[in-house]
Amino acid sequence: MDFSLSEEQQLLKDSVDRFVREEYSLDQRRNLVATDEGFSRENWSKMAELGWLGVAVPEAYGGIGGGAVEIMVMMEAFGEGLVVEPYMASIVLGGGLIAEGGDEAQKQAILPSLAEGKIMLAFGYAERQSRYDLFDVETKAEKDGAGYVLNGHKGVVFHAAVADKIIVSARTAGGSRDTNGITLFILDNNCTGLSRRDYPTVDGLRASELTLENVKVGSDAILGDVDRGFALLDTISQQGIAALAAESVGCMTVLLNTTNEYVKTRKQFGQPIGKFQVIQHRMADMFIACEEARSMSYLATLRLEDPDAGERARASAAAKVQIGKSLVYVSQQAVQLHGGMGMTDELNVGHYFKRLTMIDTMLGDQDYHLKRYAEM
Amino acid sequence: MDLNFSADYRVFQEKARTFVSDNLPPDIRDKVRRGLNIQKDDLHRWQDVLAGQGWLAPAWPVEHGGTGWSLVERHIFQEELARGGAPQTSPFGVSMVGPVIYTFGDDTQKQHYLPRIANNIDWWCQGYSEPGAGSDLASLQTKAERDGEVYVINGQKTWTSYANYADMIFCLVRTSTKGKIQEGISFLLIDMKSPGIEIHPIRTVDGGAEVNSVFFTDVRVPVANLVGEENKGWTYAKFLLGHERGTVANSAASKQQVVKLKEIAGAERSGGRFLIDDPDFKRDIAEVEIALTALEYTDLRYLMASAKGQPVGAEVSMLKIRATEIQQRISELLMKALGYYANPYVPEALEEGWNEDPIGSDYAAALAPQYFNKRKTSIYGGSNEIQRNILAKMVLGL
Ligand SMILES: Cc1cc2nc3c(=O)[nH]c(=O)nc-3n(C[C@H](O)[C@H](O)[C@H](O)COP(=O)(O)OP(=O)(O)OC[C@H]3O[C@@H](n4cnc5c(N)ncnc54)[C@H](O)[C@@H]3O)c2cc1C
Repeated sequence: MDFSLSEEQQLLKDSVDRFVREEYSLDQRRNLVATDEGFSRENWSKMAELGWLGVAVPEAYGGIGGGAVEIMVMMEAFGEGLVVEPYMASIVLGGGLIAEGGDEAQKQAILPSLAEGKIMLAFGYAERQSRYDLFDVETKAEKDGAGYVLNGHKGVVFHAAVADKIIVSARTAGGSRDTNGITLFILDNNCTGLSRRDYPTVDGLRASELTLENVKVGSDAILGDVDRGFALLDTISQQGIAALAAESVGCMTVLLNTTNEYVKTRKQFGQPIGKFQVIQHRMADMFIACEEARSMSYLATLRLEDPDAGERARASAAAKVQIGKSLVYVSQQAVQLHGGMGMTDELNVGHYFKRLTMIDTMLGDQDYHLKRYAEM
Repeated sequence: MDLNFSADYRVFQEKARTFVSDNLPPDIRDKVRRGLNIQKDDLHRWQDVLAGQGWLAPAWPVEHGGTGWSLVERHIFQEELARGGAPQTSPFGVSMVGPVIYTFGDDTQKQHYLPRIANNIDWWCQGYSEPGAGSDLASLQTKAERDGEVYVINGQKTWTSYANYADMIFCLVRTSTKGKIQEGISFLLIDMKSPGIEIHPIRTVDGGAEVNSVFFTDVRVPVANLVGEENKGWTYAKFLLGHERGTVANSAASKQQVVKLKEIAGAERSGGRFLIDDPDFKRDIAEVEIALTALEYTDLRYLMASAKGQPVGAEVSMLKIRATEIQQRISELLMKALGYYANPYVPEALEEGWNEDPIGSDYAAALAPQYFNKRKTSIYGGSNEIQRNILAKMVLGL
């Protein structure tokens, strides 16, 4: 057992940490959030140059050939900076899907350009009725010659507006909640029949509602096996959860440190409020919550490679439950211990609070995964 | 012991219910139900209706424009307001400064200010907190220096809710630096239009700006605007905090939120059924409803004790703690009910007249911001940590 980073991983961490320090003050982030696209293309190019966009892409396709630990290192740092570039949507989920499920031609066509920052991806898996069930898919794909024609709706698709290609799940067979009969398709964002409604999210990101009306695709748009898409969804969801866990650890670490600093310096009744025992206990519990989250982030990441599917599934669900519990406690208490200041848009606390709150919803909230875990 | 109100009270309840349903403007009721932003104009219209009936300040003594209702009747009225979908009236005049003025003010102050509050003419805000004086309010620094027949005010108040709506502000100011800090504080009534007052809105996490910083630079306030005696302001402030906490349980409003939670859970899908049929979510709703019931009956126990003239003291701190925790929990469940649709940020959807299609359901846009916003409730009005300190010290003798 070893929980330390390799030399290369440490170098990667140092360089992502530096990026976050230099490019991600709260004001810089605020400016990015206010732009049209909601992030910086310049940052994206920089990430490409530094090899971050291809960190988990195999070398054969122009990447670095790293793995889940590299993603974890990046996501934790991105969490610390509340980074708004679409790394999660485009690289972790989008790139992950192509790497896991793509055929040779698709990998050749997409992965090198993705790693170079020339194209972006998005992933539409949720629907209005689905809540967190990835298998609850009503969007239909019907056979049409060699290809398919798609009709339906995809909800809250993160960063769809900037994606060149959007991967969506659709039903090719079975009932609307069957795990069998789901197929993934790669759509061009500008394809006929696809319309988008774009909007900002409460935590400063962007998302869209997609409507698919007779979207015609060829067989080259099929990602993975027809009707067997759920396995791919499941795999990518575990990878996504590991990345979110790392991001949340980054966010929580900042809240823990910021709050710790604040209670040492904020004085009321003639002393730092950190001298009050109730505040000390609260800080101690926040620390515990952060440590638990970090452990489960490591577990979620390292178990991705486990040959036992049951172990993989349990680790992923357990991690999402624990980070959910930790992030609620840490973010609520960070606000509370800052008093009125914690409620302001001016301080960073509220921004981490909002991001963490939304991380809980991503790929299933803690209640959802607790129920799944209990039934495993 | 008897859990039911007597027949007289049921008649009163019917009267209150009919009044609200007949007189609350439907557009305002609709806004409250949908969680849209209530503008000053909305509240003003509704408070005019209440004032017209003589019911804006029910708790006040009759000679100052109150109703003469018993504690129980007032409680029932509060319930009916919430149940009928009325917006919360502005508390700063009616529940805060009003009682201070009729208890400690002089006749001129009573005659001038009280009718203007009861008739919905003046709007007030509360100028207590300062950047350096929050929980430790008595350490406040805003200075009032006597210059003939005026006080000259310099300093900064902060977190002042709805200062931008207010005609008047009641302030705690420092008039002496001698002796104990509590003994150099005075209670002043200040016209918001006085030269030298500047209001800066503070943006909050939910995207709103209900709080403000209020800066005072050489603001001249007539000595006649001093309430009671100079340097006795702390006593009046403590009296007022007691008042504030007494009205804080507000279980009626939370009950309405639980109704809304059930409606939304009945519309949202989960696991191939409706969320309301999800056993785990049902349990979450049940839990918060039980906590609310415990709060409501604790409130009623204290209320009945007060009605019999038995003193209820620091116990009310418990109402503040539980009421706010319950409000926060309900807001959390409301947001969770949305699943992914908690993410979209559509502040325009909370404004009147927005008629695009909603993103997700039409109730969705308000809920995540509301969850963020409700974190304030355990911070303001004496933070929950401070309330627990009070319980431990005053009730439990620790
Ligand atoms: C939305 C909102 C509206 C408000 N409206 C008004 C208004 O209209 N008028 C007005 O005057 N004020 C208003 N306030 C201010 C409010 O009353 C203060 O925020 C509150 O008193 C806390 O003070 P603070 O923010 O300075 O926090 P601090 O006092 O600095 O407290 C920070 C943290 O330390 C804790 N703490 C402090 N002392 C102790 C102790 N002895 N033991 C244990 N824990 C302690 C607190 O509980 C809190 O968690 C409002 C605040 C908010 C957030």
